[in-house]
Amino acid sequence: MANETQLSSISANNFEQCLKCSICTVYCPVAAVNPKYPGPKQSGPDGARYRLKNPAFFDEALKMCLNCKRCEVACPNDVRIGDIIQKARIDYSTHKPSLRDTMLANTDFVGTMANIVAPVTNFALGLPITKSVLHSVMSIDKHRSFPKYSSTKFETWFKRNALKEQDAFKKHVSYFHGCYVNYNFPKLGQDLVKVMNAVGYGVHLLEKEKCCGVALISNGLIGQAKRQAQLNTDSIRKSVADDKRPVLTTSSTCTFTMRDEYPHLLGVDNADVRDGLTLATRFLFRLVDEGKIKLAFRPDYKLRVAYHTACHMQKMGWAIYSTELLKMIPGVEFTMLESQCCGIAGTYGFKRENYETSQAIGSSLFDNIKRVNPDVVATDCETCKWQIEMSTGYQVMNPISIIADALDVEKTIELNK
Amino acid sequence: MSNNVKKHYDVIVIGGGITGAGTARDCAMRGLSVLLVERYDFTYGATGRNHGLLHSGARYAVTDGESAAECIKENMTLRKIARHCVDETEGLFITLPEDDLHYQDTFVEACHKAGINAEAIDPAEARRMEPAVNPTLIGAVKVPDASIDPFRLTTANVVDARLHGADTLTYHEVVELLVEQNRCVGVKLRNNHNGEMSEVHADLTINAAGIWGHLVAKQAGITVNMFPAKGALLIFGHRVNNMVINRCRKPANADILVPDDTVCVIGTTSDRVPFEECDHMKVTPEEVDILMREGEKLAPSLATTRILRAYAGVRPLVASDDDPSGRSISRGIVCLDHESRDGMAGFITITGGKMMTYRMMAEEATDLACKKLGIDKKCETATTPLPGSEPRNDEQYKTYSYAQKAAEGRHGTLTSEIKSGDNEDDALVCECEEVTVGEVKYAINQLHVHNLINLRRRTRVGMGTCQGELCACRAACVLGKESGDTAKSGADLASFINERWKGMQPVAWGDTLNEAQLTATIYQGLCGLNKFVDKKEVEK
Repeated sequence: MANETQLSSISANNFEQCLKCSICTVYCPVAAVNPKYPGPKQSGPDGARYRLKNPAFFDEALKMCLNCKRCEVACPNDVRIGDIIQKARIDYSTHKPSLRDTMLANTDFVGTMANIVAPVTNFALGLPITKSVLHSVMSIDKHRSFPKYSSTKFETWFKRNALKEQDAFKKHVSYFHGCYVNYNFPKLGQDLVKVMNAVGYGVHLLEKEKCCGVALISNGLIGQAKRQAQLNTDSIRKSVADDKRPVLTTSSTCTFTMRDEYPHLLGVDNADVRDGLTLATRFLFRLVDEGKIKLAFRPDYKLRVAYHTACHMQKMGWAIYSTELLKMIPGVEFTMLESQCCGIAGTYGFKRENYETSQAIGSSLFDNIKRVNPDVVATDCETCKWQIEMSTGYQVMNPISIIADALDVEKTIELNK
Repeated sequence: MSNNVKKHYDVIVIGGGITGAGTARDCAMRGLSVLLVERYDFTYGATGRNHGLLHSGARYAVTDGESAAECIKENMTLRKIARHCVDETEGLFITLPEDDLHYQDTFVEACHKAGINAEAIDPAEARRMEPAVNPTLIGAVKVPDASIDPFRLTTANVVDARLHGADTLTYHEVVELLVEQNRCVGVKLRNNHNGEMSEVHADLTINAAGIWGHLVAKQAGITVNMFPAKGALLIFGHRVNNMVINRCRKPANADILVPDDTVCVIGTTSDRVPFEECDHMKVTPEEVDILMREGEKLAPSLATTRILRAYAGVRPLVASDDDPSGRSISRGIVCLDHESRDGMAGFITITGGKMMTYRMMAEEATDLACKKLGIDKKCETATTPLPGSEPRNDEQYKTYSYAQKAAEGRHGTLTSEIKSGDNEDDALVCECEEVTVGEVKYAINQLHVHNLINLRRRTRVGMGTCQGELCACRAACVLGKESGDTAKSGADLASFINERWKGMQPVAWGDTLNEAQLTATIYQGLCGLNKFVDKKEVEK
């Protein structure tokens, strides 16, 4: 048995599959701008051996990792470097999340509170005095603007305006809207309902949905992350396995977290339903590609779009679905930006100590966008949107919103009858 | 030869293994003038090619009570005087379904008789203490085993011998014992780097040359019957276990798994080999097979763990009877006074024993030397900590970087002598084992480093997962810069890479083969290093 296993071997320990080529470190956006970060190879597979020897070798510098997973994309030997680093933080860090980290991570709770008093919140968060207090007391960088909170949650809008029409469709999907759509930007959810309904699909909310937990993971609130992961996975399972409804999303990070971080980092098994959870652009592209649906666009629609590949889109390898859909719109003049990290990485960039690193990482992307000078930047990630809007002044849109704007709804409905 | 070597010493110690280094230290601490000579590098022989196990003595309790008692005594001593070389892991002796559980009682009883604190525990408790252990075990005994780093231990003894005034010469081989009227009066040395010959005189010559000791003795016409028993071992890529795992049965093949620093080591085999083979150890496919098959029984996860390399050493056993494996020969210490035994005054051989009883061996040899030289001074090596093993300053340790913590494991309190704090010194030479430029410089300037292989033995450069792929050329660069001699760098680098491949070759499949392929592409394909390979050059 030893013979057979060793002869067919790749090591069962993923970190031992590292051949030390160091390509991951070349692609790490943090290592490139911050010499204090040891880099993915050393923080990941190299450090893993030392941590097995003695947990005292855990290095708090690992929190500088953005969890962008670009190291994993670069690795020629399939080492899950980013996972090793995040798992080490989960297993060994003794650092307790601060009040700031807890607040940034609890998008659900903070979102709910903020929605209730949205105008006040938005006004207050925009005040220089608030920013200054957040900067000094909470260590949330003063350059940052919080995304505006909406006074009506997406769920509320959906129940009031869309719910009763959905059952009439022949085909159905569920929609995991995520915190951003629910609390800050219901418009994106509305756009999705508009597009899906036009191609003949009814859209439904999940039975229950919580924040995917990405910010909980990165801020070290693992117990809560596991509970939310379990709840979401159960809801997804009900939709995919019981109701035979695929679950669509409009956020690359939520999708990636629920598909891959749940089993890899939180130990929540989703193997049976993972394939049923997908980004809306991927779902749509495949249907178009298979000839199952047709899209018709307004002839008068004109837009110059530059597409930015979010890190988790890069990791999933799905940018092609979004970009190919955008290219189907006749009036779109499309430019592909070089794939690189924008530097925000969710809550990372909001933290005062990370501001400089965050902006340094994104600087060449910002320059690139300014050179291209598009009408809008398109991306599948909401935090990239905040970062690029803040850092360049260009408007950033989700591909689904662009499709919704460009769509000739009447004609599309007709084509898909 | 180095200019600061004197013409005459009280004692010349032959052999830079742990026994020779320990004897040089003891002699120097008792005020003798000492020259330690080694034909290649410190730890070149069996010292650098064993398990790194600080035996509790339990392994020998049933078959060799004398060795068992020596082991437990030295075990407790070394934990104190060699703190930074010892990892206090504790150990388990497990009984598997195929073993006889009755043996466990005999074993525990024999341990107690030898003074070893052996405690039978519930198998479930053993699984809890050591999750890597074979879960089908039916019996377990906890013993005070630990792991010890023989490279560090030897280095610390050499450093202390020098602090007490001893001189040391590496790459100097004794080619002749100088004999005048039945008295050994010194040695003739050949510098193995340039072939230069020289003579050094001494009142006493102590032969601590391990398995090669019989050749040294032969130069004076004396016969010492050695029994060269080869032992092969495998190094795994990380620590699978955090406690030493042994089989509770009569000593046999591949029944000890030791966690050593960042790796773990399974061993050994035991086979008598001809003397000619002692300088050219090769691990055979059969040995690799036995080690994997038996090792997996101790810890099943070894079957799916990357193997870094294979190596073999020769136990310097003293022959007593006809035993094909050497397993039943005592590991006891043999100190030969050749004046009374063979009529050759001024010559002592210290041999047998084990790496971990080196201090006792040194004490015995030094006691005899002192008696002959008329010196009345007590041995203090059992109570005086080795350099680096003074109690650790925990406040300072807390401020240490990740790399400094790794260095502390290698150099103990001497880590404070390693330069740090600027970008160059803090840069890593070896990323797998966390060795900084500062540490490499320290080793080059303080720890007798002539080439990359020497450097590896002092710092762990090249001992990690990549086996020199990334660190070798960086280390060669620092070495060339510090020594001011870059002419030999290419050949040194080539010989280092070849020496690393030698150990990888017997286990070259899967990830290890991929790694070797990448290394070959870099050094042969990209750098054209093969043009530097010196065919005559052997690993030293």
